Amino acid sequence: MLAFIVSSIRLGMAFLFGSTGETITEKSGHLNLGIPGVMCVGASCGCFAEYLYLSEVGPDANYFLAVLIPIIATVIGGAVMGFIFSFLTVTLRANQNVTGLALTTFGVGVSDYMIAETGPVYSKGSRFFTMTFPFAEDLGWFGEIFFSHGILIYLAIIIALVSSYILTKTRVGLNLRSVGENPATADAAGINVSRYRYASTCIGCAIAGLGGLSFIMDYLNGNWEYCIDAIGWLAIALVIFTVWKPSLAIIGSVIFGGLYIASSYITGVSFASKELFKMLPYVVTIVVLVFTSIRDKRENQPPQSLGLSYFREER
Amino acid sequence: MNKMSFHLVKREPMVWYKNVFVRAIAIIASLIVSAVAITILTGKNPLEVYASMVSGAFGSSLRIWSLVQNVAILLCISLAVTPAFKMKFWNCGAEGQVLIGGLATTAVMMFLGDSLPYPALIVVMLIASMLAGIIWSVIPAFCKALWNTNETLFTLMMNYVAIQSVAFFLKYFVKSGSGVLAPMSEYGLPVLFGQSYLLNIIIVAVLTVLVYIYLKKTKHGYEISVVGESENTAKYIGINVRKVVIRTLVVSGALCGIAGLLLVGGTNHTISTTTVDGRGFTAIMVSWLGKFNPVYMVLTSFLIVFLQRGAGQVSTDFRLPSAISDIVTGIILFFIIGCEFFLQYKIVSTKSGKEND
Repeated sequence: MLAFIVSSIRLGMAFLFGSTGETITEKSGHLNLGIPGVMCVGASCGCFAEYLYLSEVGPDANYFLAVLIPIIATVIGGAVMGFIFSFLTVTLRANQNVTGLALTTFGVGVSDYMIAETGPVYSKGSRFFTMTFPFAEDLGWFGEIFFSHGILIYLAIIIALVSSYILTKTRVGLNLRSVGENPATADAAGINVSRYRYASTCIGCAIAGLGGLSFIMDYLNGNWEYCIDAIGWLAIALVIFTVWKPSLAIIGSVIFGGLYIASSYITGVSFASKELFKMLPYVVTIVVLVFTSIRDKRENQPPQSLGLSYFREER
Repeated sequence: MNKMSFHLVKREPMVWYKNVFVRAIAIIASLIVSAVAITILTGKNPLEVYASMVSGAFGSSLRIWSLVQNVAILLCISLAVTPAFKMKFWNCGAEGQVLIGGLATTAVMMFLGDSLPYPALIVVMLIASMLAGIIWSVIPAFCKALWNTNETLFTLMMNYVAIQSVAFFLKYFVKSGSGVLAPMSEYGLPVLFGQSYLLNIIIVAVLTVLVYIYLKKTKHGYEISVVGESENTAKYIGINVRKVVIRTLVVSGALCGIAGLLLVGGTNHTISTTTVDGRGFTAIMVSWLGKFNPVYMVLTSFLIVFLQRGAGQVSTDFRLPSAISDIVTGIILFFIIGCEFFLQYKIVSTKSGKEND
């Protein structure tokens, strides 16, 4: 049971990065369906940087550099993907769904290519990401659940809390939300719609990229698996599940992580029914989506202009 | 201070040859960028790379048949999503709708293959696959019509429900427990003139014409475009928007089901979770790039299949990771998506001191 909770948290944080990033993006009115591709690119950039760094310095790798370099590479990789997306959708006013799907194709290709160059095992680098507090074991189950994790897990929670604060409590967050709800009004109020959309998409993608890194380096202990894009779609689902609130997503992501791996921890279930269990996160998301739309409560709705490009001269 | 600045103006619709010209430039530019990318990554001569692409797509009659077959399947799925897209119903669930149609076909082949006479079996397969596709598309449509549920996200989730249903089906009903279903070629669609893909191609050709007529010449098609342009206008002129949404998604789902039938009954004779292989998403791009016009969509689906198969050949010829094909496809799509801008807007420079944002 304890192992189940700990695994749920470790997997969940990959979802949390993705969904926090996507929430920030969606709040600006951008529906970025490229998140799976962004997570792939983020993960592969981070892994690639770690691979280069470790082959450069060999055994005397410094903990801070070994963690910091991949994180920076991931953030840059994710932000570049976000820039491509916003350039096409904001500056060139392309359709967001189509651009996002193309971004996913491109991102999966880029990451597969980089992985083919370096080989799919990063266990050496993963060591640094799973390194944890030395006192965790002395605290029993409490320590296992709260202090036995690597740096990315805590980073995910911090980022989610900070984004939640910025979105709901600051001027910048208010402006961002108004851009997502009604860009024309925001524009009239003197908010630079394009700048907000660029910034939120690039930052969102940078954060989402970290989700890919966390999935590979932390949850899978550095063994690359070609299913990051499935994680990406689930991260998008989590955004809906948690009704666009990063703070709720902290709990939601652990639930999703649990649902995703429940099938391998439940005994007495047939081999075939395990596949039905894997359906759960998606079914739950659908139920939440339908339920929130029936209740039609204003604060639980998607941003009103989600998925729509804004062109000032258009009525 | 005299500062150059720009603003954008929406263009009048362009004459067709300018249209073609801009697109050709976009494709050429994307090929150049991909060539540079390939050379930087691999140090190979890009011209050789493109020669190998062409040979991968057209190199032998087998390759051409397989090219056309792949175009047909992709086109069929694109035709299926087009009515919904034209209505601005963002159906991202073609992947799942096709897969569930395929699953229905598989189930019929497996359980009724022995007991029904062959012609009846084909009819049951057709009905079952269409029904399955319709169920998968109408549930989101129903929620959209009644409660305005976000259809993009709903249909995306339905994809995974379909994938897991197939995974469950394979683990539960395949006796060996391997989760791999052996092809059941004896129950497949009829083979015409010894060419196993010919029937698929004919069916899709007929569907292309039918969808073209449906969208351009019928009252239904007209209602779809009105709802797509402006839901309010549609309401004012007395169109029942809910009815149109649900009816259109029935059409869309049924066509997806047929695509599933062609994939399982006419091509693979078996099913796996990757049978659709991302075509549901590619189809969205095909449909959008083809301006929701079935005739243009023949060209765009051909372009994309050509790129994918050609790039696959490149990776085997030059021992490159197969991922290179996805990268090239991605770059080319970015350029085609981006060039739409230059078709719709023109940049006017205004020489003035005032900020023009």
